[in-house]
Amino acid sequence: MQTDRKNRFLTREEAVYFAILAAVVFLILPLALDPFRLNLFGKYLTYAFVAIGLVLCWGAGGILSLGQGVFFGLGGYCMAMFLKLEASTPENTAIQSTPGIPDFMDWNQITALPWWWEPFHSLFFSLLAVVVVPVVFAFIVGVAMFRRRVGGVYFAIITQAIAAILTILIIGQQGFTGGVNGITDLRTLNGWDIRTDEAKTALYFVNGALLFACLFAAQYVRRSKLGRLLIAMRDQEDRVRFSGYDVASFKIFVFCLGAAFAGIGGAMFTLQVGFMSPTLVGIVPSIEMVIFAAVGGRLSILGAVYGTLLVNWAKTTFSESFPELWLLGLGALFIAVVMTFPNGLAGLWSEQIMPRARKLFAGGTARPAPASPDTAAGLTQPRKAAAE
Amino acid sequence: MDYNNPNFVLMVEDLTVSFDGFKAVNGLSFYVEPNECRVMIGPNGAGKTTVLDLICGRTKATSGSVSFKGKELLTMREDQIVLAGVGRKFQTPSVYEDLSVFENLELSFPRGHGVFGSLFFRRDAEVKERIAEIAETIFLADLLDEKAAFLSHGQKQWLEIGMLLIQDPELLMLDEPVAGMSVAERKKTAELLNRIIDHRSVIVIEHDMGFVEDIATRVTVLHQGKTLSEGSMERVKNDPKVIEVYLGH
Repeated sequence: MQTDRKNRFLTREEAVYFAILAAVVFLILPLALDPFRLNLFGKYLTYAFVAIGLVLCWGAGGILSLGQGVFFGLGGYCMAMFLKLEASTPENTAIQSTPGIPDFMDWNQITALPWWWEPFHSLFFSLLAVVVVPVVFAFIVGVAMFRRRVGGVYFAIITQAIAAILTILIIGQQGFTGGVNGITDLRTLNGWDIRTDEAKTALYFVNGALLFACLFAAQYVRRSKLGRLLIAMRDQEDRVRFSGYDVASFKIFVFCLGAAFAGIGGAMFTLQVGFMSPTLVGIVPSIEMVIFAAVGGRLSILGAVYGTLLVNWAKTTFSESFPELWLLGLGALFIAVVMTFPNGLAGLWSEQIMPRARKLFAGGTARPAPASPDTAAGLTQPRKAAAE
Repeated sequence: MDYNNPNFVLMVEDLTVSFDGFKAVNGLSFYVEPNECRVMIGPNGAGKTTVLDLICGRTKATSGSVSFKGKELLTMREDQIVLAGVGRKFQTPSVYEDLSVFENLELSFPRGHGVFGSLFFRRDAEVKERIAEIAETIFLADLLDEKAAFLSHGQKQWLEIGMLLIQDPELLMLDEPVAGMSVAERKKTAELLNRIIDHRSVIVIEHDMGFVEDIATRVTVLHQGKTLSEGSMERVKNDPKVIEVYLGH
């Protein structure tokens, strides 16, 4: 009996996988890496927030968004605005023609803080905005698209266009946004210097904790009836609609949830890396994030985290030695994954490695595997077929 | 039939849909009584499936009225029509292949249809009992944990019928429920349908005349989007117009 009809939050096997990831994030990486490299992995992990959202939207719900960088950027900018205001005290900016406003505004002959920057003096407001701004934006996009039943490729193209539009807007409004340089020279969070090694290490752990909070939230959604509805919608949208569900509202919900995750990731990026710029909002990073999820396995929230870490580690390593070849390599990797193992590393693990390992441990007897072969929090229910 | 009977479950009046000028359904009217099993027959392209699509909101009508228990369906969204009590089975079996039989049935359980309702939906004893009961009815009690993708064609059809049963609609619409089934499956399905149409109104599209004779209270023959003939099977069978365009000589 393999289908978990008790519908537990975590099966025993999944609990083990969560524990392994927790050990990697909270023990192995911090012990093995120096503060500089740890900060780098902290940065990678901020992309994993986006990848988890993509697993829910794309893997489960079949909604491919090529514009998740927008939400990552919105969250990151909300955080950066707060930090920038804190760094731009009248004393620090005394040499400017208008002291007390961010430096890039002064360079652009702006003499007063725009009204929509004002609320970002408040840390509470800013932290709220990190989640609320991306969600509201996703809600507007979601209502506009899903109520009109725009889906599939068209949806992907439109999200891509939105990413391009937002990038152009940010770059064009240099005086209000810092333009192509982004918002830089961030120093303190409520008086706490975020540039020191200790602060960066602390932020790494905060980031890890938030990542696990998002993973648990995603796992809850997957385990709920809503998670099964997403899979059902991906396969038979009409059947779901004619079973009495308003399909659009479910798509809007999961798209907003993905945006909330991405926003948190963006804010943690700003805190750990110390700047936010339009290069993280546009088309290229948005597509890269889809590749992270695809390589890790688009059906598996944990796979997406590993995929993100692996691809980014490879990116750093290879682009240090072969900067020109990296993008080609990334493209080749994506094609290879889609062609040979469409369910990514998690699929490779659950379909190839685990069954073999089980056979090995079972000592060659024909005894069927006791637990679900669908590992690493895959979305598909295990087939039980001959297992009983 | 008493056309002034105010107790009709479904009143379709002057229903018309035009696809780029082609009227697939043209000024169609018919009335369904409580507990009636109405069978629609007619040659290919007569507009049978389109009529069901119009009633359940999948296709938007050009003009006319569809009134279900006094509610106008033409202005409602598909999911609202379902929640009002109209169930629809498609011609090709549409089940969720990646989910188990149990989960397929669970998604049709009439509770938790909103976003937050489904997020906090609990799989309690009531749900499990009802699913077990339905699974028994549709001959799938032993396959509850099987993925729907591994079912045979006939079993998928039964599963979809089960998904409708668990909704417990007052009006059930079935589009060729026995098409593509083996003889044995067909017999079982007829038995199943006879049991489930008992206390609700049903509209069935079917070509199998033996099957139609078996279940129909009343038959409507469609031809070119219009009613050609209507009445008991006996009457329709002997109608010269019907013999000419559909049943053959």
